[in-house]
Amino acid sequence: MAVTLKVNGKTQTLDVEPDMPLLWALRDELGLTGTKFGCGIAQCGACTVHINGEAMRSCSVPVSTAAGKDITTIEGLAGPDGKLHPVQAAWVAEDVPQCGYCQSGQIMSAAALLKQKPNPTDADIDGITNICRCGTYIRIRRAIHRAATTKA
Amino acid sequence: MGHMDTLSRRNFIVSSLSTAGGLALGFAMPGIASARPLTGAPWSNDAGAVANEVNAWIVIDPDETITIRIPHSEMGQGAATANPMLVAEELECDWAKIKGEFASPNRNVRENNVYKDQNTVGSRGVATSWQYLQQAGASARVRLVQAAANRWSVPASECVAENGAVLHKASNRKFTYGQLAADAAKITLDKEPEIKKPGEFKLLGKPLPRLDTPVKVNGEAKFGIDAKVPNMTYAAIISCPVVGGTVASVDESGLKGKRGIVKVVKLKDAVAVVADNTWRAMQGLDALKIEWNYGPAANSDSAQFKQMYRDTLNEPMIQARKDGDVTPVLASGAKIIEATYEVPHLAHAPMEPLNATVNLQSDRLDVWIGTQNALGTLQQGVRASGLKPEQVFVHNAYLGGGFGRRSTNDEMVQAIAIAKEIGRPVKLTWSREQDIRGDRYRPQAAARFRAVLGADGMPQALEAKVAVGSINRSQGRPVENGIEGQAVDGIVNSPYKIPNFYVGGVMKNTHLPVSFWRSVGGSQNCFFYEGFIDELAHAAGKDPYQFRRAMVERKDFVGVLEKLHETSGWDTKLPKGRGRGIAVAENHGSVVGTVAEVTVGDRDQIRVDRMVVAVDCYHVVNPKIIEAQMESGAMFGLTAVLYGENTVKAGQVQELNFDTYRIVQMKEAPKVEVHLVPSGGAKWGGIGECGTATIAPAIVNAIFAATGKRVRELPLKNVKLSQLASL
Repeated sequence: MAVTLKVNGKTQTLDVEPDMPLLWALRDELGLTGTKFGCGIAQCGACTVHINGEAMRSCSVPVSTAAGKDITTIEGLAGPDGKLHPVQAAWVAEDVPQCGYCQSGQIMSAAALLKQKPNPTDADIDGITNICRCGTYIRIRRAIHRAATTKA
Repeated sequence: MGHMDTLSRRNFIVSSLSTAGGLALGFAMPGIASARPLTGAPWSNDAGAVANEVNAWIVIDPDETITIRIPHSEMGQGAATANPMLVAEELECDWAKIKGEFASPNRNVRENNVYKDQNTVGSRGVATSWQYLQQAGASARVRLVQAAANRWSVPASECVAENGAVLHKASNRKFTYGQLAADAAKITLDKEPEIKKPGEFKLLGKPLPRLDTPVKVNGEAKFGIDAKVPNMTYAAIISCPVVGGTVASVDESGLKGKRGIVKVVKLKDAVAVVADNTWRAMQGLDALKIEWNYGPAANSDSAQFKQMYRDTLNEPMIQARKDGDVTPVLASGAKIIEATYEVPHLAHAPMEPLNATVNLQSDRLDVWIGTQNALGTLQQGVRASGLKPEQVFVHNAYLGGGFGRRSTNDEMVQAIAIAKEIGRPVKLTWSREQDIRGDRYRPQAAARFRAVLGADGMPQALEAKVAVGSINRSQGRPVENGIEGQAVDGIVNSPYKIPNFYVGGVMKNTHLPVSFWRSVGGSQNCFFYEGFIDELAHAAGKDPYQFRRAMVERKDFVGVLEKLHETSGWDTKLPKGRGRGIAVAENHGSVVGTVAEVTVGDRDQIRVDRMVVAVDCYHVVNPKIIEAQMESGAMFGLTAVLYGENTVKAGQVQELNFDTYRIVQMKEAPKVEVHLVPSGGAKWGGIGECGTATIAPAIVNAIFAATGKRVRELPLKNVKLSQLASL
C-alpha cells in the first residue's frame, strides 16, 4: 500500500503495510536511523518523534496514523541552516549524553515539553518518562532548564 | 594531503572495493561529519599506515588536524575523549585540532598488537592504558622535534614543542606539526622518551567537553543497529525460552502471504526469520509456531535458586581471606550478630538491544557491531566463519550501553550462522524480549555474616560466607583455587581493621548464564557487606560513619570517608521519616563511597532524595566525565535497588521488557553530588563501574536510619517495611 509521509518537511511515498510502525518505516525504509528502537512497546521512549508537534513513540504509531501529518525526527530538529535547536544546544552545553542511544528520544521529548511549557518546573520535567540506562537524568533536567532560559 | 582529501580517498577506496564486491561501507558518511571531533561513524581505515601518520596512533595532516586513534570502545564512559587526552597531553598540541577515530582491530592483529588490548571491560579504558597512550604521544612529539632539528641542522635539545609546532627560539624559527609529520614518521628513536608525571600535566585534569557529544544530539552517531550495507537483509530471532533447550520443530505455515520474508533459519537453540525490513522479520517470527525441547531446566524456578544459595551457605567454604582466627571468638560464647543477605539475577538491558550486521564473503568477513571487546569479537568472527584473523574486519560502532553485556558477542555468532544460510549480508536485531531472555545475568547470590563485638564495641571477629554463580564457569574459563575473584570482591578487599576476619565462598550455577554486570562482585557484595557493617555499628551503638572511620587506615578510604562526612551534612539531624546512610568500598581499582538520604512515607513508600558520592581514582583525566560516571553509576545502582530482578518460572525468565523490568525514570532520579578526592600514587583507578557499588548499601542503611528496619534482600519493590521486624 502506498503511504505518504511528510518527514522533516519532505513528502515521500512509501510502499509499506499500513500497520508497519512508523519507527521501522523511518529506520529501514527512509534510512533515518537517528530514531532508535529500544523496547517496541512504547515504554522507553528511544523512538520518540514529533507528530504534528507532539511527542509520540514511533514504535507504537502505525504509518497509516502518521500519514499526511507533520513528522519531525531528530535529523530534522535543527534549523535548515544546521543551527542547533535550543534543546540540542543546551544538551551540548551540559554535555548530557553518555552512550547517547536514548538521547534522540530524550531531546525530542524535551523539545515537545518546552513547546507546551516554555518555562517548565521540575515537576513538569518529571513528567518525561523516557528511560536512560546511563542515568543522565540530572543533566537532562539541567539542560531543559537551560534551554528554557536560552530559547529565542 | 588534507584531512578532507584523506577522507575522500578513503571513500573512494571503499566505493571502488564495493563495486568489486570486496568491501561495503557500513554507514553513509555525511559530508558534514568531517567537521566534528568525532564523526558519526568514526572507525579508522583498516588499510594500514596512511600518509602523515607519525605512528599508528597519530596522523597529522598539513591543515594541522591531528587524528588520534582510540583503542577502547565508547559506551558512554568517555574513553573516546579520555584516550585522546592522554595522547594529546604529551603531544603538546592544540586540543581544538584533535579528532578521534576508533583504532582498527584488524590492523591491530596484522601489525603485532600495535593498539594493545582493546578490551573495554573491568573499568580499564584508562586504568590500564594511560601509560602507553602517553607514550604514543611522547614518542610522536620527540620525533617531530627531531624532524625540525634535522631541517634546521641544530641539536634537538635547542628545539621545543609547543602548541602544535616546534620552535627554535634562538633563531626564532618555527615549523608546524603539519609541516613535519611526514618527516617525523621516518625517524626512529634509540629509546622511547620518558612520559610526564602527574604534576606536570597541562591537559589532564581539565573538564574538557566530550568529543562525542556533537554527534549524539542530532542523530548522527551510528550505533551497530544503524548499519546498512548493500543487499542487506534484516533478521529477528528468538532463542529457546528455557536456556539450554533446543528447537524441536518449526511450523512456517503462518508466514503464507506475509510480505518480504526471505527465509526461516533454524539454529540449534534459536529460530530466526530473515526479511527485507526489521519489523517484517519480527512479525514473521511471531507468526511461526515453534516447538521447543526445553531441556533439563524446564522445572526450575527462583524459589529453588534461592533455597539452593541459602543451603550452599551451610556447605564447607573455600577460603578467600583469613586474618587471625574467627573460630575461637565465635565459639567463645560471646554474643554473635548474624545476618543473611540475598539478591536476584539481573539483566544488563542496555538501551540498544544487542545486534550485529555481517557481510560474509568467501575471503572476508565484515562485522558492524558495538562491542566492548573488539579483538575478542574479531577472534570469535574467525571461529564462526573459518576465515583467518586478517580477513575479519570489525567496525566497532558507538555502543548503546555496555555495562558488561557487550563483550561476548552471542549476537554476532548468530548473525554469521544466518549469513551462511542465506548468502547475503544480514543485520540481526534482538527484540528487547530477546535481549533480556538472551542475557548473561548478574548472578543470583546470598551471603551470611557472623560477628562478635569486643568490649570497645568494635568487631573482634567477622566471618563472611558467600554463595554465588560462577562467571568463569559460565563462560567456559577455569576457576583457580576454587573461588574466583569477583565472587568475593567487595568483601575480600575489606579495608577494616578487624583482628579476626574470614571470607569464604562457594560457587554454584543455575541454568542461566551469568556475566560481568557493572561493578560485578561489588554489585551484590558491597550491599551485603556494607549493610552488615552498618548492622554492627548500630549493635555497638556507634555512629555508622565514626564506626567505619575508626577501622580504616588507608589514605584513600580515609579521604573518601572524610569527604563524605564533610559534604553530606552527616552530623545534622533529619526530620522524622527521613534517614541518611553511608557505605564505602573499593571497586575496580578505585575507592568510592556514598551517603544516601531517603524519605520513607507512611505507607512505606521509599524515595531516595539525595546521594553524595566521593571517589578516589588516584589520578584524574577528565573530572567532568568522572562526575558523569558517578551520576550514572548511582542511577544504575538505584534501578537495581528499587526494581531490579529477573525471576524464573518453569525455567523461563519472566521480566522481559521495560514494563516489568523497570528502570528508574526522571521522576525518581535524586540529586547526586560528586566529589573527587584523588590521592595520587602509582596506581590509576577505574571509573566506569565503581559508582554503582556503594549505592545499594547506602540506601538500605538510610532506610534503617529512617525506620529502624533492616533490608537484607533486594529489590525494594518486594520489601514490605511494615512486615520487617524493628531492630
